[in-house]
Amino acid sequence: MSLRTWPLWPMLRKEFIQMRRDRLTLGMMVGIPALQLVLFGFAIRTEVRHLPTIVLDEAHSSESRALVATLASSTYFDLVGQVDNRAEIPGWIGRGAAAAAVVIPPDFTRDLKRHRGAQAQVIVDAADPLSSASALQGAMLTSLTWAPDGTPPAARRPVELRVRPWYNPMLASSTYIVPGIIGVLLSITMVIITAMAVVREREKGTMEQLIVTPIDRTGLMLGKLLPFLLVGYVQMTVILVLGKLLFDVPLRGGLPLLYLMAFPFITASLGIGLFFSTLVKTQAQAMQAGFMFVMPNILLSGFMFPRAAMPEPAQALALTLPLTYFLEVLRGILLRGVGFDALWRDFAALTGFAVLTVALSVRRFHKTLD
Amino acid sequence: MSAPAAIRIEALHRRFGDLVAVERLDLEIPAGQIFGLLGANGSGKTTTIRMLTGLLAPTSGRAWVAGIDVVAEPEAVRRRLGYMSQRFGLYDDLTVEENLRFYAGLYGLVGEPGRARVEELIAGLGFTERRRQLAGTLSGGWKQRLSLACATAHRPAVLFLDEPTAGVDPAARRHFWEVIRGLAAGGTTIVVTTHYMDEAERCERLAMLWRGRLVAVGTPAEIEQQLGAPTLEDAFIALQEKDEAA
Ligand SMILES: Nc1ncnc2c1ncn2[C@@H]1O[C@H](COP(=O)(O)OP(=O)(O)OP(=O)(O)O)[C@@H](O)[C@H]1O
Ligand SMILES: [Mg+2]
Repeated sequence: MSLRTWPLWPMLRKEFIQMRRDRLTLGMMVGIPALQLVLFGFAIRTEVRHLPTIVLDEAHSSESRALVATLASSTYFDLVGQVDNRAEIPGWIGRGAAAAAVVIPPDFTRDLKRHRGAQAQVIVDAADPLSSASALQGAMLTSLTWAPDGTPPAARRPVELRVRPWYNPMLASSTYIVPGIIGVLLSITMVIITAMAVVREREKGTMEQLIVTPIDRTGLMLGKLLPFLLVGYVQMTVILVLGKLLFDVPLRGGLPLLYLMAFPFITASLGIGLFFSTLVKTQAQAMQAGFMFVMPNILLSGFMFPRAAMPEPAQALALTLPLTYFLEVLRGILLRGVGFDALWRDFAALTGFAVLTVALSVRRFHKTLD
Repeated sequence: MSAPAAIRIEALHRRFGDLVAVERLDLEIPAGQIFGLLGANGSGKTTTIRMLTGLLAPTSGRAWVAGIDVVAEPEAVRRRLGYMSQRFGLYDDLTVEENLRFYAGLYGLVGEPGRARVEELIAGLGFTERRRQLAGTLSGGWKQRLSLACATAHRPAVLFLDEPTAGVDPAARRHFWEVIRGLAAGGTTIVVTTHYMDEAERCERLAMLWRGRLVAVGTPAEIEQQLGAPTLEDAFIALQEKDEAA
């Protein structure tokens, strides 16, 4: 068998034709992630703003009142009350009567006048990560644009508005979650579509026909895998673009680096799907296996809960999931703008997963019916 | 029988758990012969063919197809055999031409030789007007014809046909048998299973399976004689009655 007559080529051709004709599945592969992201995005847009906010003004100056007025006029905060001392704040937030509290300390005015960079505090109920994210955003915007009247432009120095998240000190903010969505959606769809694609051939009886041809296992498996690699990239691009447009997901680091790092991750997810296809018999089972795999990924990878806060065994288990590493990559590149030097360990781990899962499924796949 | 054996089977045996699907089968089929496998549902025809095509490993016993040991060298055998399964194995969402190109390509028929072979099959089997039709929209008879074309794209030495004419109308069946005879005349060895007695009559030799066991082998006339029945159908039914009595 020469490279030119490798059965992989007709196999790839066939897969692409089938993919092109199967508009529904293709649409779902790209449409569902897009839909989820949009829903998520709009849920945040509508819920986030107009946080019921209380004010503790210990400075009692015209400047402090001006700051409060600016915060209140932003769409992020709605003033619902004034309190006279800190002890009252937990009551308001605890009852849910307020989701945020603005605290202006007594020396605010003095610091401001000395152009020292005055500080005020925004306390948020971070048990709801969405509201804390919005408080953060609102506070940042306000602090950047606000200065008391009459300050000469040269002397303008941003007021430092410190956000103190309560109840969820790790602050799982929306920017933190959205890059994770890319990873989670990619792993769900990649695992499920490959497993389904192989099992479908078995259910339809075409696998039996394929097996009696001289196609080699590697050619067969690669033929199933490579087209979906492309789908994975398309999916990732769609989510990135939508995330940017709708959600303002920052893109601090290099996109080429992200696409490079995605290669072993997508391949590993496809490899896991292929592996599942060697274990299950029907498309329904493939679907179930896929979802069963996705649950620990969502819970353990650090997508929803910070890994540092998890018990040791859970942390150890998380290290066996490719998503754990890819989340590091996504957050590192998108949020912190780090380079390859900070991520090479994750890259190595992901490459290891990719080689392992693909090799394992090629090995497990036998060209027999039982 | 002077021709060299295209298929030799020695004590071929297959169990599924406690069930013996094929029991110590011995057979020899000379090259260029049309050989029929007969037997009731579940008598072990498909299992036998699957073992000969390397789809199932035998529990014990050996078999050679085109002179190659099926168990030891399944990949080498695969280049020499064609197989049309009970389920046709076509891609419904590919056109006639794409199905042919795909299967030809898997055997290394690519580029100009591949295209030439596909054209030859399209013209030879009357697919010219249907070449761009999706296989899933073909009628039963045409599906069967396409499935045969796919299985023979690489001109196999041995062709296995598992109930190729099930659910196909008489005209299509007649055409099918003409093609089969043509292939056999060209030297292809053909193993075919069927439930139609008129088709069984057209085979040069037959093997009658009953519960995985070989109960008679020979020409149609010899089978009738061996089983003491006036026609093949009577022989078949006598076996089935034996089955129900058992
Ligand atoms: N994968 C399998 N697992 C368990 N039992 C099987 C399997 N394949 C076949 N059998 C059993 O082996 C026996 C022989 O089956 P086989 O399919 O070879 O019969 P057949 O002669 O082709 O029947 P039909 O005319 O219905 O196609 C049957 O009892 C069947 O149920
Ligand atoms: Mg059968």
